[in-house]
Amino acid sequence: MKPPPFTYHAPTTVEEAVDVLAEVGEDGKVLAGGQSLIPLLNFRLAAPEHLVDVNGIGALDRIALDDDVVRVSAGVRHARLERHQAVYAACPLLRQALVHVAHPVVRNRGTVCGSIAHADPAGELTAVLVLLDGTVHLAAQRAGQLARRDVPGSDFFRGVFEADVGADELVEAVTFPRLPARAGSAFVEVARRHGDYAVCGAGATVQLDERGRIAAARLAFISVGPVPVAVDLTELLAGAAPARVRLEAVAEQARAAVRPGSDLHASAEYRRHLAGVLAARALQEAVADARDRRDRRREP
Amino acid sequence: MTADDLHEFTLVVNGRPRELRVPARRLLSDALRHDLGLTGTHVGCEHGVCGCCTVLLDGEPVRSCLAFAVSVAGHEVTTVEGLAGPDGTLHPVQQAFAECHGLQCGFCTPGFVMAVCGLLADQPEPTEEQALEGISGNLCRCTGYQNILRAVHRAAELLAEQGDRP
Repeated sequence: MKPPPFTYHAPTTVEEAVDVLAEVGEDGKVLAGGQSLIPLLNFRLAAPEHLVDVNGIGALDRIALDDDVVRVSAGVRHARLERHQAVYAACPLLRQALVHVAHPVVRNRGTVCGSIAHADPAGELTAVLVLLDGTVHLAAQRAGQLARRDVPGSDFFRGVFEADVGADELVEAVTFPRLPARAGSAFVEVARRHGDYAVCGAGATVQLDERGRIAAARLAFISVGPVPVAVDLTELLAGAAPARVRLEAVAEQARAAVRPGSDLHASAEYRRHLAGVLAARALQEAVADARDRRDRRREP
Repeated sequence: MTADDLHEFTLVVNGRPRELRVPARRLLSDALRHDLGLTGTHVGCEHGVCGCCTVLLDGEPVRSCLAFAVSVAGHEVTTVEGLAGPDGTLHPVQQAFAECHGLQCGFCTPGFVMAVCGLLADQPEPTEEQALEGISGNLCRCTGYQNILRAVHRAAELLAEQGDRP
């Protein structure tokens, strides 16, 4: 179908964008890549009276790295972040997860901040934000002034398509911490067809100690609850040599943590089973990734 | 400003600046087809699943049904009509689809051709896996995909022979 009529706003600065958002309030919606929003409009599942298009805000088209974090502004497309070599070196989980986001053509237009603001329970980047405990940077107009607030990634998601972002707020950027030394990450998922929404997906980060034993390990799952489900395996695995990890115990902890629902794609039982399988797979891949990175660092 | 307002702007389509006067809700796919008469861009599902409406936006393949025309004002759009030479000589990607029987009814073909142009601009010599990934977002309901995959590799060869970029 065709999208319903709306009043179009094309601010060129963040200040202008938050002014419009303040003015239109609950009747407004931010348009970035539109790869989730425009299907909702075309299906007439959403009919906002105002769209605030942030594609023309040049200042938001920015990826910045410092000693601690990768900062991704609201205009950055999935494909650009996926291909960014310095980002891959600093925070490999981003590329590892991004390759599972829809199809390459969709990633050319979709944005990273949009995926996070959309808070889809099947959105890969929601799990990345929670797993890395990144930060969401919000901008709004308060008493005529540009005001900013930060929300920790672990507190951002509130429910299905619901996040801690007001109708008058813009997700201006998201920051992801760099992966520390001797750490590795992975993202794995199962979908009915390549590029479809995941039936279940899992991200993992693993920190090894100087002897190559596990110092810390975390997982985060998508599509098995209204918000990403984080599981800390550190208590279970600390001090263990990776080869001696009892993967069945990891799977058991994952299955116990998730709260999947049933739909036409998969039963809750099957999703719970997958959470266990993918937990073990993601953990093993993250250990391999940590070793690869360590070995590459040792090379002259 | 209201929802009924018409927006006036320019799109550079197949190298030519084109003036548009359309409501904000006009999808890029409909602007190309209805307002500019470029019906080579096909519309299948209108929610980003089938890939038939794929065009190049500033050289990168995107779904034209998932972009508002006004939102890409001033940008460059390439449609399937922009590929063949002025004398009708097929573009190497089109040539490859013809040679490899990569099309049957042709409905999905413009979308595939544009997606493959984008893929080969990025990866001039794609592996089988890269070729598969590159066309994974497009649906074909008659030929199956094997001939289309062959066409991707054939197009890469033709482009390499010509020393050309898609």
